[in-house]
Amino acid sequence: MSATAETVEQVKSISGEKYKYGFVTDIAADKAPKGLSEDIVRFISAKKGEPEWLLEWRLKAYRRWLEMPEPKWSKVDFPPIDYQQYHYYSAPKSDDDRPKSLDEVDPELLATYEKLGIPIKEQEVLAGVAVDYVFDSVSVATTFKKKLEEVGVIFCPISEALERCPDLVRKYLGTVVPVADNKHACLNSAVFTDGSFVYIPPGVRCPMELSTYFRINEMNTGQFERTLIVADKGSYVSYLEGCTAPMRDENQLHAAVVELVALDDAEIKYSTVQNWYPGDEEGKGGIYNFVTKRGACRGKNSKISWTQVETGSAITWKYPSCILQGDNSVGEFYSIAITNNAQQADTGTKMIHLGKNTTSRIISKGISAGKSDQTYRGLVKISPKAEGARNYTQCDSLLIGDKCGAHTVPYIESKNKNAIVEHEATTSTISEDQLFYLRQRGIPEEAAVALVVNGFCREVMQQLPMEFAVEAQKLVGISLEGSVG
Amino acid sequence: MLEIKDLHATVQGKEILKGVNLTVNPGEVHAIMGPNGSGKSTLSYVLAGRDGYEVTGGRIIYMGEDLTELDPEERAAKGIFLAFQYPVEIPGVPNSTFLNEAVNAVRRYRGEDELDKIQFVKMLRAKTKELNMSDEMLKRAVNVGFSGGEKKRNEVLQMAVLEPKLSILDETDSGLDIDALKIVSEGVNALRSPERSSLVITHYQRLLDYIVPDKVHVLAQGRIQKTGGKELALELEKNGYADFTGEEAA
Ligand SMILES: Nc1ncnc2c1ncn2[C@@H]1O[C@H](COP(=O)(O)OP(=O)(O)OP(=O)(O)O)[C@@H](O)[C@H]1O
Ligand SMILES: [Mg+2]
Repeated sequence: MSATAETVEQVKSISGEKYKYGFVTDIAADKAPKGLSEDIVRFISAKKGEPEWLLEWRLKAYRRWLEMPEPKWSKVDFPPIDYQQYHYYSAPKSDDDRPKSLDEVDPELLATYEKLGIPIKEQEVLAGVAVDYVFDSVSVATTFKKKLEEVGVIFCPISEALERCPDLVRKYLGTVVPVADNKHACLNSAVFTDGSFVYIPPGVRCPMELSTYFRINEMNTGQFERTLIVADKGSYVSYLEGCTAPMRDENQLHAAVVELVALDDAEIKYSTVQNWYPGDEEGKGGIYNFVTKRGACRGKNSKISWTQVETGSAITWKYPSCILQGDNSVGEFYSIAITNNAQQADTGTKMIHLGKNTTSRIISKGISAGKSDQTYRGLVKISPKAEGARNYTQCDSLLIGDKCGAHTVPYIESKNKNAIVEHEATTSTISEDQLFYLRQRGIPEEAAVALVVNGFCREVMQQLPMEFAVEAQKLVGISLEGSVG
Repeated sequence: MLEIKDLHATVQGKEILKGVNLTVNPGEVHAIMGPNGSGKSTLSYVLAGRDGYEVTGGRIIYMGEDLTELDPEERAAKGIFLAFQYPVEIPGVPNSTFLNEAVNAVRRYRGEDELDKIQFVKMLRAKTKELNMSDEMLKRAVNVGFSGGEKKRNEVLQMAVLEPKLSILDETDSGLDIDALKIVSEGVNALRSPERSSLVITHYQRLLDYIVPDKVHVLAQGRIQKTGGKELALELEKNGYADFTGEEAA
């Protein structure tokens, strides 16, 4: 069963009787009424048929959220958000509302799929075409599912996990990103509706990238996604989120939370390609992407590696971080952020060194074009007990044109005098010499820019799973279209 | 092949080319010599269509077509190749990726099918071998960390791969050791055919022992001051350029 169908089933299965909160909205409604209140939180929880503890958890988050101020320290600029103008729950679209074939899909979107080289079948899934995949992706997905089950890997929507393994979810949910971590995460805790749960049992190396399956079956385009990945002792998993294809969504506000937990000797590799709709040239209609991603290297010798390619959204606010608790644990952050036109991005990472001999590595490549603005914001914190801690940070900015901006804000807080913290930063432009050289060899100007930018990002691109790296490279070119000439 | 008529060009408002006349017939190799700063590289950039090198008078006719309005990439696709005096570094872009992009961009422009990976690699290996270059150089980023001589050899590799109709070599011999000079010359000679022509800019007569030119021109003060056979190069080696610069000053 596809993820959407699953959700639909689930929503259908919640009968009106289960509902006992004296809340006036029709439980069968596809949409919650606009706005946010305790009743809406109860409504969402009821729709999902959640256990009592989770409802309490959500309500606690909601109450904290009311009191919390908006984060003001980032260098992004937008009008105040009117939280009461959004719907916080809507059922997935039924097949009747979806395009019947690719002929009904926005040609511009299809043109981009074409450029990215995405196969027709996948284009249909991505564009939300109501097609029957009985012979294709569902059977593929079933094969994947079987393979995962054989080794005991749990990979399912978080709402399903609450039924299959409630204790695991309860044990780890909110332990990396506490309910009241920041206003956006707090909102997510109160109203999250989608997201994935992954558990890798001790000693298991997950037999596939959790992306192939994901791309076909599990299009997480929810507004308030909640993802929780737990790698038990000595296990390994590579997880890929997102998609190079441009994603459109009527919901402007996105506030996801991702929590990773790595126990002794475990490794989690988390890769993201984010290409939400950036809005028009002025940024109108673009997505606000406020994400809280954090990983806890809880066990000794554990490792968490974040790789991200950020090209979309009108505003990106995102700092995938690592808490290096276990001795000898390793945190990595590899990032490419591209902003064009009126996009704004404030992104970076936090590496919190708590355990002995913990090491972290940060490689950030920022590309600004048009009149966009981007900031790398990084924190490396070394606690007094983190004997032998080491960090290496490299931040490179590339400017295209003279109307864009790039800023690097590295904070270093070292409380251990033996720690080694290295920071390197460069800012460069694409030189006219380079463009002329490439054009003289027959490469058109835009392709030449894309080539230089891909070269600039290479170190990070190489961290991506192979088939995704190829698409991501094409995406670089597409994101920068119209940035020269 | 190439007909340059009374060409005037300015760089940042300063006139560098002051009426260049030059005709290269198909199959010919012409050498251009001249003092430092006389406008040789400027001429090559103008022919390749570099931004900022403005043609203020005269015409460039290449295979019967006026080039003035064409972008650099269009000229390249039509078969004009410039081996740079100072090859440019492109960090992070493997040499082979760059060459692959270039070959396929040119093929697309001409309406030909792109080469697939296997065809391309096969072709590239063959060319690399001819030029006695290591495969390792194909994996490295374009010109990054290359020695002076390696950069020049890399220019010749690109030329061999793109098989241009008109090659302009701007001091490709400078900085080459004797063996490299031979290899580079062989690369140029290998492309010699009745349909292809070359303009070889050099300061040294020695190169012309390997690449024997049909004509030698002296470019000084923004103009072709003298044209002769290959013996002119020997003469210049003996007497220098005093005659030409003196004339102009008087
Ligand atoms: N961008 C520029 N701005 C100002 N002057 C320039 C520029 N480019 C070239 N020139 C000038 O134009 C003149 C011709 O330069 P060019 O590079 O064509 O000489 P050349 O004949 O190739 O010399 P060399 O033998 O040293 O390579 C020089 O006086 C140079 O300083
Ligand atoms: Mg020169």
